[in-house]
Amino acid sequence: MNRILRAALMLLAVSAMPLVAQTTPTPSPIQAPIQALLQEHRETIEKSSRRSIQPAIDAIRDSGLPAAKLVLEKWGARDMWQRKSDGLFFYVEEVAGSDLTLFDFADSTQIGNLPKSDFKQIKPNSGIQGLIALSLVKFQLSDPDPARRGAALDALARIGEAAQLPALRASIDSEPDPALKSRKQRLERLMTIRFGETDAERIAAIRHFAGDLGVDVRGALNPITATTRRAAPGSVPPQDMNVARILRPGGEALSRTEAYDLLIAAGLAPARLTIADQRAALIANINAGSSGGVAVSALDDPAARDRAYAGLVVAGLAPAAATGTEIDAALAAHVFFDTFAEPARPVTDAAQETLRSIELKVGINQSLDLALDALSLASIYFLAAIGLAITFGVMGVINMAHGEFIMMGAYTGYVVQQVIPDYTLSLIVAIPCAFAVTFAAGVAMERLVIRWLYARPLETLLATFGISIALQQLAKNIFGTQARPLTSPAWLDGQMVINDVVSISYIRIAIFVLALIFLGFFLFLMKKTRLGLETRAVTQNPKMAASMGINPDRVNMLTFGLGSGIAGIAGVAIGLYAKVTSELGADYIVQSFMTVVVGGVGNIWGTLLGATMIGFLQKGIEWFNPSNTLAAQTYMIVFIIIFIQFRPRGIIALKGRAAGD
Amino acid sequence: MSQFLKTMLGAAAGSLMLSTAGFAADTIKIGVLHSLSGTMAISETTLKDTMLMLIDEQNKKGGVLGKQLEAVVVDPASDWPLFAEKARELLTVSDVDVMFGCWTSVSRKSVLPVIEELNGLLFYPVQYEGEESSKNVFYTGAAPNQQAIPATDYYLEELGVEKFALLGTDYVYPRTTNNILESYLKTKGIPAEDIFVNYTPFGHSDWSKIVADVVALGADGKKVGVISTINGDANIGFYKELAAAGISADDIPVVAFSVGEEELSGLDTSNLVGHLAAWNYFQSAESDANAAFIKQWKAFAGEERVTNDPMEAHFIGFNMWVNAVEAAGTTDVDAVRAAMWGQEYPNLTGGTAVMGTNHHLSKPVLIGEIQADGQFDIISATEPVPGDAWTDFLPESAVLKSDWNDLDCGMYNTATSSCVQQKSNY
Amino acid sequence: MRQSFIFRNPSLLIFLACLAGFTLAITLLSHAYGSAFISTSFVKTLGKTLCLCLVAIAMDLVWGYCGILSLGHFAFFGLGGYMIGMWLMYARTELIIVQSLANAPIPATPQELRDAIGTQIFGVVGSADFPAIWMFAHSFWAQMALVVLVPGLLALVFGWLAFRSRVTGVYLSILTQAMTLALSLYLFQNESGLRGNNGLSGLQNLPGVTASQDFISIWFLWASALALGLGYLLAAWVVSGKFGSVVRGIRDDEARVRFLGYSVEGYKLFIFTLTAIIAAIAGALYYPQAGIINPGEVAPIASIYLAVWVAIGGRGRLYGAVIGAALVSLVSTWFTGGLVPSIRLGFYTIDWVDWWLVLLGLSFVLVTLFAPKGIGGLVDLIAGRLVPNRHGADYGPDTGSLQESEGRE
Repeated sequence: MNRILRAALMLLAVSAMPLVAQTTPTPSPIQAPIQALLQEHRETIEKSSRRSIQPAIDAIRDSGLPAAKLVLEKWGARDMWQRKSDGLFFYVEEVAGSDLTLFDFADSTQIGNLPKSDFKQIKPNSGIQGLIALSLVKFQLSDPDPARRGAALDALARIGEAAQLPALRASIDSEPDPALKSRKQRLERLMTIRFGETDAERIAAIRHFAGDLGVDVRGALNPITATTRRAAPGSVPPQDMNVARILRPGGEALSRTEAYDLLIAAGLAPARLTIADQRAALIANINAGSSGGVAVSALDDPAARDRAYAGLVVAGLAPAAATGTEIDAALAAHVFFDTFAEPARPVTDAAQETLRSIELKVGINQSLDLALDALSLASIYFLAAIGLAITFGVMGVINMAHGEFIMMGAYTGYVVQQVIPDYTLSLIVAIPCAFAVTFAAGVAMERLVIRWLYARPLETLLATFGISIALQQLAKNIFGTQARPLTSPAWLDGQMVINDVVSISYIRIAIFVLALIFLGFFLFLMKKTRLGLETRAVTQNPKMAASMGINPDRVNMLTFGLGSGIAGIAGVAIGLYAKVTSELGADYIVQSFMTVVVGGVGNIWGTLLGATMIGFLQKGIEWFNPSNTLAAQTYMIVFIIIFIQFRPRGIIALKGRAAGD
Repeated sequence: MSQFLKTMLGAAAGSLMLSTAGFAADTIKIGVLHSLSGTMAISETTLKDTMLMLIDEQNKKGGVLGKQLEAVVVDPASDWPLFAEKARELLTVSDVDVMFGCWTSVSRKSVLPVIEELNGLLFYPVQYEGEESSKNVFYTGAAPNQQAIPATDYYLEELGVEKFALLGTDYVYPRTTNNILESYLKTKGIPAEDIFVNYTPFGHSDWSKIVADVVALGADGKKVGVISTINGDANIGFYKELAAAGISADDIPVVAFSVGEEELSGLDTSNLVGHLAAWNYFQSAESDANAAFIKQWKAFAGEERVTNDPMEAHFIGFNMWVNAVEAAGTTDVDAVRAAMWGQEYPNLTGGTAVMGTNHHLSKPVLIGEIQADGQFDIISATEPVPGDAWTDFLPESAVLKSDWNDLDCGMYNTATSSCVQQKSNY
Repeated sequence: MRQSFIFRNPSLLIFLACLAGFTLAITLLSHAYGSAFISTSFVKTLGKTLCLCLVAIAMDLVWGYCGILSLGHFAFFGLGGYMIGMWLMYARTELIIVQSLANAPIPATPQELRDAIGTQIFGVVGSADFPAIWMFAHSFWAQMALVVLVPGLLALVFGWLAFRSRVTGVYLSILTQAMTLALSLYLFQNESGLRGNNGLSGLQNLPGVTASQDFISIWFLWASALALGLGYLLAAWVVSGKFGSVVRGIRDDEARVRFLGYSVEGYKLFIFTLTAIIAAIAGALYYPQAGIINPGEVAPIASIYLAVWVAIGGRGRLYGAVIGAALVSLVSTWFTGGLVPSIRLGFYTIDWVDWWLVLLGLSFVLVTLFAPKGIGGLVDLIAGRLVPNRHGADYGPDTGSLQESEGRE
């Protein structure tokens, strides 16, 4: 109904067009052949579905009209709009407020600025965009613009078809850009593997990639070696199949149940009797309070049901179920095997050989990638814990609000970014700001709360916990509960790609470097500066230190402020890579304490080792069970608990008097 | 100090008095049961504000049945047992006539026994895993067939995805949704080994390995698509890692069911353009009603605030409730429930939402692409889809249906033609 | 002996009398048995508060008397809840299933029955099979035994490992916190077989009981009060006498007690396990009143709150723990209830829902700084016990060490 109406309207519009054309000086777009072509495929274009769009794209591509390329480009870029009143298509260069600057496809003339509400944007989804891009390959492979040529290669790499292979080959020699040329050559070989005409050609292309780590290579080879499991009557597989291997039912690769299931699925054997089928058959045959000769009330026992079903079978009311011996016979009468989808044996052999050469390399590189991930996680834990290594490790203060200092640092980064829009500059400003803010907060907390509690370490825990929940709620009240954006500068975007398997994002590298800097800073501070000396003195024996002329109050205050300040800087880094919310710190607090404890309190190398151990352990467990990250965290903590039983003072334990109690 | 303690003690005593005092019935009370603190506050405070705005607006129009509406806001603090406690308090102490609230499934499951016992009324505004239809709850968010299934169809039909990575936060909504999707994909001919499933904890931030795993899925030459049921702020780390890894939506598209305008406001989306989300509402929907709603919201909550799908769900739910009360002439739960069946109200995205007798709405499904400004470009919209309480793609629930009007049962087994239970399964 | 035990602890009699009076008063004001002055939801809150008081007593015993700051006792509390929750869910679901299958044309086999129950319970989390840990769920008595056994064994093993390797002080606190974190992460996984993040729900509906929640809430209040009374009695008995003196000795100077020849590890292990069991019983009474238990309940923060309650109430005295737990949890309930009027300052409105946690956090700090003995310290003021010769200073060098009042016993 709707469709008929629309067609009628279109007819009307078309017949009305000449009238309109007389009143306007510009020629009517409907007269142009490209518009006529578009109108011919109007419904498919409006419907915009990947399944039905191909004829429209093909028609435009193959029309030979000069505007075809323009139409495809504009359509793919979602710049094609349709007038609601008459269904004509235009392209739009600019959307200014509620007005569109429209152009005609036929001669690229500007039609004028018209209100947006009269037009409808044609929005091809990315599936259709891919098809359009593929159809543009023909025009673009030798386009003067290297970006267009690159786009054409992207489209080919995604969904290239055999039809484009000759065009690709033809364009290689004339390619001036060396990078694009090597891409074209690689793509040509990949496409040859899939679409090459002769087996020899394909095998040559396959062998070329021996030892190549690219995902695209494996993507081309794996479909060749993919196998399907089949069953066939007799003892030998059919001759016309490329058999990968023959399987024996009951072996390791194929259990007897699986084998029989295969037979059922292939319709080569009768199905087993399921409990549901048995039940249904019994219910269907209830007759005067009994079914199959057994009273209904007694059917709550599986044995009774079997008896009743046997009764039904005898009476011919139900089909007989396959028995054990029948299953044995069926399995013996069939052969089970895996076949390649690819019919040519030499091709599959070559593909398997090449894949084997890749596999080991991929494995090594995957381990390397995992190690990088683990190192990165370790550096994040280390960064989160290093402030704690000072306040807890050196001073012995249990600061449960440490996580909130991290959070304050991250929020400071956010606030700075609101004031300074340039991301690089704002990061440079944010780091000292975060340090200043959390240093001040740390000093304030030490002066007001912690110094009264040095004799009662466990109560410091409670007081700082109170501060922690108050700070968290304050952050919520000030910044709201939504996560706030903290965006890294463009030079930290993206990742360092070592090869197709090993890569790491720059932001993680930056965190790693920051962790190293902090480690160096900490060592320098503790070993080489007066403050470090005084801190160690006050920590070991405050009274003695005081009598040596050190002001313990001042030293404690500064040390605590320093630890807090470092937490603030860590907050900026963590906010950059993850999120900025009021719960940011709470996510890290228990892990941070464990990092310090596992490593050994009072020793920065211990903290480093602790973070490394936790990071590697967690990634290692994740690798064993990739579908459940939660399990990795659980078992990591269980491991730490057990570890502490055996090394209660951590990996690097302080010895002698310094250990204190 | 002791003075302070005395004040606290006095406060506790006051609580007892207050909580037992009755209220005069010159207003209609509406309970708002959304977490304002704790982990879920990030999502739920917006809904509380939405409710306050809607109630305010209704009062300006003269209230309901000639009475003013009064919002009773409580804070269940993202603590699931507290949801049950607060719901009981709202129903028995504050005597509310209707409640709007909950976000997570576990909070709803916590509240269910209480409202079913006390015959309360709850409007639940969030997309959820289905497999439930309570007599006392109206589900204004999407059931799986109104979000997950159409999005998967879009992947299969439009993007030609052959291999699926189902990434989710480890809780019931992703678990059940992924279960349904796995079984749905198998019916569509996707073999089990082409479905990769991963669950991460709430607030997870270390995504590099998982993103690398997803990229590695492409090694067998099939087109990979990610279906994400990652919840809340864990998304920020995920998308940041995705952007850092340079995964373009053309290579590996990601469709998210829990990422809306609110979540995107926490990150820079310029590297994520083209990735997808499926909802029943996007702020970018072009209609007069939506423009008015956005204007009203910005005036109420602030210029930088965005609207999202659960807000639309509350908008529709609240207005339907108002109309049902007017139609029933009373706020009595049973009368209102009967009046709710078949209630119609215009969607903000155009078209009309209809409340079915299984207490689910029929709504259109929209698929949007993320844009650089944190909004979504709507690229696909279906006709209204009626919400299905019991999914057809799991064998246990395919035989179940819900119809409170004719069958008076939310869990009716069509195979045995009997009502499994009148109360919900919690 | 018994006579003198009660005689030496006058606070015990006062406490028990107060508890009995309180229970009676609530009963008489309730919907079920009295004037309906107190709402059922408030009765439930009070019942739950009594359970929290019980676990606070356990915490006081292990921290206030034995000096082990365990930040993991809510793990035992939660485990107790899970154990009872399994039976409640199983039994309730079984009733529903039996009823719905009664209409079937042929009776169900035991396996079908079990499968149907499994589908009903685990369908929510996308599974249908019973995990092995549910093997006793059908039996009330077995599951009741597990309420005590599972947390008890966990505490025994954990405590044995920790005390054996002499993990003390802050290290032990962090270790216990790691334990409860690991447990909560484990329970969060669906593979744990306890319904993951959803946990066990609908626990307030007792299987086979048709009485309304008005009655059930009062019954649980009675049970909680009884458990609290017995727990208090037990705790008071444990800390009196020679045993109690050794325990306090360990708190004040562990090394010295060890050199005196006592098996410090044994004492600590006993107290740790005993308090774990008390916590588990409290949990088993708490969660049927709360209605739902899920892994979030055993998250580390819950146990820290527990320590804070005891600190606010005043550790080293049992009634202090009770006062602290009751006060903080009730005030929390009140402030989050939305019934506290906002304070309008003209330029800003203080909304208590937003500011309550700030207030709570700051009050922790204030109590720690200015009232290290907590609210219980007020009792000393009233009783005038601070006047004598030592001017209120404790016997030991650390705060929290032997107090005068204890020294006089």
